[in-house]
Amino acid sequence: MLDVSVSYNKYKFLGYEFLTWLWFIIENDQKKLQSIDKELVALEIGNKITLENSSNNKNETIVIKGDDAGLEEGMLSLKKGADVKDINLVYKSGDFNWQFTLKGESFSFEGLKVPETAPIESEKDIEGSVIEKNFLYNKAIKFIDDVYMAFLNERLSEKWENNILNKIKQWINIEYK
Amino acid sequence: MGILSSSVSITRYRVDGIFEKNVMEAVTNGLKKNAIRDIDSSITEKTAGWTAFENPYIPDFNKSSFSIDTYFVFSLRIDKKNIPVKVVKKFYTAEVVKKLKDNEKNNLSRNEKKMIKERVVSRLSLKIPATPNIYDIIWDYENKKIIFFSNLKAANEELESLFFKSFQLKLIRLFPYTMADLEFNLSEKQKDILKNISTSGATG
Repeated sequence: MLDVSVSYNKYKFLGYEFLTWLWFIIENDQKKLQSIDKELVALEIGNKITLENSSNNKNETIVIKGDDAGLEEGMLSLKKGADVKDINLVYKSGDFNWQFTLKGESFSFEGLKVPETAPIESEKDIEGSVIEKNFLYNKAIKFIDDVYMAFLNERLSEKWENNILNKIKQWINIEYK
Repeated sequence: MGILSSSVSITRYRVDGIFEKNVMEAVTNGLKKNAIRDIDSSITEKTAGWTAFENPYIPDFNKSSFSIDTYFVFSLRIDKKNIPVKVVKKFYTAEVVKKLKDNEKNNLSRNEKKMIKERVVSRLSLKIPATPNIYDIIWDYENKKIIFFSNLKAANEELESLFFKSFQLKLIRLFPYTMADLEFNLSEKQKDILKNISTSGATG
């Protein structure tokens, strides 16, 4: 295995590409996501996307924030060559929602909110609550892992260059005209 | 932010290796030997150690369980004394003035100033209690996975070094490359592509 700090920097782009692909899939192929998670009701973009454009010696950061914010500026940034740095997601499964921001370069979760659990009324409830919370955290984690695996299966195949990349580029260009 | 908070931040790790002998004994010993020690009555400015998840201010692993279901659940505590710069400056300036007057001098050497500052900080460290920061950990030993409830760089670095010191097991942070390389069963062909992959310029 490569040195951890070297590989962190060298492969940051893989996380950014994953988030861009995920945005594309959310907009165009929810069925793919449902085939990955049978209980999935929907995966939606939440209240924040951060993009960064470092091409041509620029260093622009574009943050789109707000519950009803339009994503047109984000699409425009993609067209100009920006990467998706992090994305806030709403993961709907069964009757419940999870919301979190996923960071592309580190795959860390920020502001992860899971469905409400039973209130803790005494010390005896703590153990049960930890088990329940851990289950709920792992559900979101497993979902992202499975989606990332699906991305890798495409990214690490010939289909990527020959087919998928073109579709993503088309989507970016059609969305912003 | 901890396990039971309404909103959490998570960094994930893979644990590289296993204990060769009794797991429970190894974890208990690692936690006890490296439990946080109080620095309020010493001049130490910062310390880090393990503490009990349910009683983070009473780091006693004899009284608090750290085993829940099939997981080890405990916390990293980092205690730091935050001495305001202006407070240091106030006492430092007073000391410098006094020393100049006592020695009938106009200037102090760099070394003298440094010694005065160190003395001031040490004295203040005895008076100012350390602020504790607590970060929870869920260790899924069987699956070699850890959920650490913080994304702060300093807290993650402290976790990685204290974990190795305590258990002689290395933590590997999970990010796009390590996820692909370690967590998934990639075929040899996929591994080859991953090795030589570069940005595809999906955008632009």
